[in-house]
Parts: sequence; C-alpha cells; structure tokens
Amino acid sequence: MIATTDKKVERIIADFPILARPTSRGKRLVYLDSAATSQKPRSVIQALVDYYEQYNANIHRGVYEIAARATDAFEGARMKVARFINADPAEVIWVRNTTEAINLVAYSWGSTNIKHGDAILLSELEHHSDLVPWQMLAQRTGAELRFIPIDANGRFVLDDLDALLEGCKLVAFAHVSNALGTIAPVAEIVERAHRAGAVALIDGAQGAPHLGVDVRAIDADFYTFSGHKMLGPTGIGVLYGKRALLEAMPPFDTGGDMIRKVDYAKTTFNDLPWKFEAGTSNIADAIAFGAAIDYLQDVGMDWIRNHEIQLTRYALGRLAEFEPRGLHIYGPRNPEEVSGVISFNFADIHAHDLASVLDGEGVCIRGGHHCAMPLMEKMGWPATARASFYLYNTEADVDALVAGLDKAAQVFKL
Amino acid sequence: MDDFYRDYILDHYRNPRNFGNIENPDAQAEDLNPLCGDQIRIQLKVDDGVISDLKFSGKGCAISQASTSMLTEAVKGMKLEDAAKLSKDVVLENVGIGISPTRLKCAMLGLRVLKSAAIGEIAGWPDEE
Repeated sequence: MIATTDKKVERIIADFPILARPTSRGKRLVYLDSAATSQKPRSVIQALVDYYEQYNANIHRGVYEIAARATDAFEGARMKVARFINADPAEVIWVRNTTEAINLVAYSWGSTNIKHGDAILLSELEHHSDLVPWQMLAQRTGAELRFIPIDANGRFVLDDLDALLEGCKLVAFAHVSNALGTIAPVAEIVERAHRAGAVALIDGAQGAPHLGVDVRAIDADFYTFSGHKMLGPTGIGVLYGKRALLEAMPPFDTGGDMIRKVDYAKTTFNDLPWKFEAGTSNIADAIAFGAAIDYLQDVGMDWIRNHEIQLTRYALGRLAEFEPRGLHIYGPRNPEEVSGVISFNFADIHAHDLASVLDGEGVCIRGGHHCAMPLMEKMGWPATARASFYLYNTEADVDALVAGLDKAAQVFKL
Repeated sequence: MDDFYRDYILDHYRNPRNFGNIENPDAQAEDLNPLCGDQIRIQLKVDDGVISDLKFSGKGCAISQASTSMLTEAVKGMKLEDAAKLSKDVVLENVGIGISPTRLKCAMLGLRVLKSAAIGEIAGWPDEE
C-alpha cells in the first residue's frame, strides 16, 4: 500500500477508542469480526452521549426546544440514510435490525401478496434471517420455497433462474454473503425477477456497510440493513421499500405515532414512513447511525471497497502459505468477487478451537455456522473460521492472524 | 486457553473412546449446542439399572468431543440413577482447569446429553444447575 493510504488508515484507527485498548492478556486487540458487528468511531459514541446529555426528548409531539431538536436530529438521520442509498426519506423505515426489516416485509407484504401455490425464491447462501421468516410465511400461506443453487466455490448458479422464477412472487437474497463474502449478481437477478413479475428483496446487512448501495440503480423493491454492522449502534436498522409497495402494505406494529386519527372504532394510519414506526422510536441510535453514515461518507465508500480488496488479496496470499499444512479456504478466491470475508478451516482444528487459540493472541475471529446452517450442511462443513475486514483493519492485523495460525499449529501439534 | 489443549485432550479428540452406535439401545438422547452447532448423540445399554455399555457419536470442537469421550469412560459401569444425578464437576475433573466461560457449554454438552438419556427427557445445562 502507498504511504498516504497508511496515514489514512492510521487516522481511522485513532478514531476507534476500542482499538487502543489491549486485551486482558495485554495483547493488541486485532478485530477481525466486523461481519458480526463493526466497531464504533468516537463520533458515533459522542452522538449518543450528546443526545442523552443535551436534548433527550421524545420526537414528533413536543413543542419545546429540545423536543424539536430531537425530532430534527432523528429525521435528519433518516435524510442521511436516504441520501446514502439514493432513496426518498419517506421510503426509509426505521426498524431494529435487518431481521426485523425482513420480518416486516414477510408479515405485512407477505400476508397480502403471497397465496397458496405461489413461489418464494431464495438462495442457498442465505443467513437464517433471510430464510426463517420466509419459511414461516410459506407455512402460513402454503407457498413454496425455492432456492437458487450455489456452486462449490460459493458462486451463484443462474442457469435455471428463469425456471425457478416461474410462478414466483418474491425473490430474496443477500447482497453479500456473511458466511463466504460472495457478492451476489444483484442486477441480473433483480432484472430477471422483474421480468418474471416477482418483487425483489435484497438483504443488505453485509452489502450496505462494505459496498454501499444505490437502491434505484439496482432497482431493489426492498433493501434491508443494520446500523451496527456499519459503524452505528446496535438496535437500529433500515427497511427501504419502493413507495408504491409500502403504501399498499398494511401496518406491521400498530399503536402510537403511526396514526393520523383514532376513534374508538377505527383508525386512519399515518403517512410513510411513520405508518411503520409504531411507538417511541429508537431515537438515540437512529441519530448515532446518522453520525456513522457521515463517517463512512467522509472516508468514502470507494476507498473502503478498495482498501478491503487490497487487504483480502494480502490475506488470501498469506493464508495460502498454510495450504500445504491443511488450511482450506472456502468461497471465491478472487478478492474482487468477495467483500472483506474469508472463510476457512485449518487441518483438523475445529473452528471454535481455532477461535479460542486466536483469542489468546488478541485476535477476534468467528468460528461456527455463521447463521447459515443449511449452507454448511450442503457443503459438508461442520463449521468454518471466518475473518472479516473493515476500514480500520491493516496488513498488521492479517499478520497477527497468521501468527495465531502458527500458534494453533503448535498447540494442536500439526 | 492454550493450556487447555493438553496431550490427552487432543488424544481424546483425535481418537475418541466409545465412539459409534449401539443397535437397539435401551436409552438414547442427542442434542446440539445452538451457539456453535456441535452435535452429540449418546446411546446406552442398561442391565439391572447399570450402564453396561455406551457409545457416542457427533461432530464438533475438541472440547465437546474430548469431554464426551472422557465422560463415556467415566460412566461405563455406573448405575443409571447415579448418572442422572452427575454434576458438572465430573466434566471439570476430566477436562481440568483452564476452560474459558465462553466454551463451558461445549464441555457440558456431552453430560447434558448423557443425563437426558438417563432420565428420558431433555436435561438442563449442568453448568446452570
């Protein structure tokens, strides 16, 4: 990497207080689990503190100064998200996380649009959050679930896509696989889905943080993501939906704030987006998510993507050194085809044992099924180790991972 | 945690004892650790209230597999009712010290399955009792 890039990474790292804290064993914290949740820059943490210390008030109702400030900040964060994904603010619904966003669609859109005999098309790569809600919908309605196959290298196989789309009302798939890092051929699937008359939901939990998204360019009908995987706090996420779809959908939760007029017998619902935001919203976390979006845009999504490609290329090269000793890498090997995720196993060391040994070295990776048990079963992997990168990771982090693998080889007497 | 992976643990992991299946078992149970997907099944032969033979099968980390392997050695010949009452100590004695709290469930999975087989219903987590 060139020197100016290194300086930029140094400045980024300095913005994340947790990365300066050693582990209890005095090791440098090497955080390689951003696919699970990202770390938070100081500006995001400060946004939470500022809200609670300076203008904590409920939104949309109070007429006093701090209530107006809270409302402005909350709706301002929605504007930031809308600009980030190129949507209209009315199409940006605050939810708790990606899972809740998908459930909202499965219940609200699903209950009025999916009937007995309809098909719902997913991919074999899906996270449980983009599988279980559709299984439940299929059970409620008698719809049929189908799956776009994934080949042994973790790539989509689209040969039979048109046949799979026959009689299909909805296609739902991950923009980026959390288990393998595979970037889905979004444009092609969406275009063919639309031609077949199906609506497309894209699970952007791993896509929005690393690639960014232009929902209009990819013509997504629904796009879902979580704040905490993109420098924001936990407990706040987004459902994007095309206005016409959202307007036709019944509310999901009902109660306060989502109403226009209520009498004892009936209720008129509020306009978008508030129709889907019953009860007091997660005000503080939405505002802090706005600060996270600011941070990402200051750094630049193109820079982040390029940084992750370089880091992935470096890591794949270093990990390849271990292949003669039994290391196996899953998923596409081309850094351009994945998004900052490397899934692997090392000889007969179970992924959890590997994660435990690495933990002793200060290196945080994930070992397990990555909430994709059907994929693991299909591929015949009991579990995999997963290292995932983000803007604050460096080649030194990869080197620490590699040193940890050496240590694991010693501990397990490979 | 590195101290945990001692030679005998690795030996039980790579050469599990009493591994396999029993035809027509008198009791059996299986479970998985939802956090990590580790799976264990234990099948028992019981004669006059005594565990005369047992086999386990499953897949998972060194901790879950080795601790189950050692557990099967410890309980062969034990009265079924005594096996049903085993506490987490039997596992901790086997696997020794040094297991981190995040991995305790891995170590306890085999005992939970054994106790489930012994009482004929899903047992609680031994480390939570």
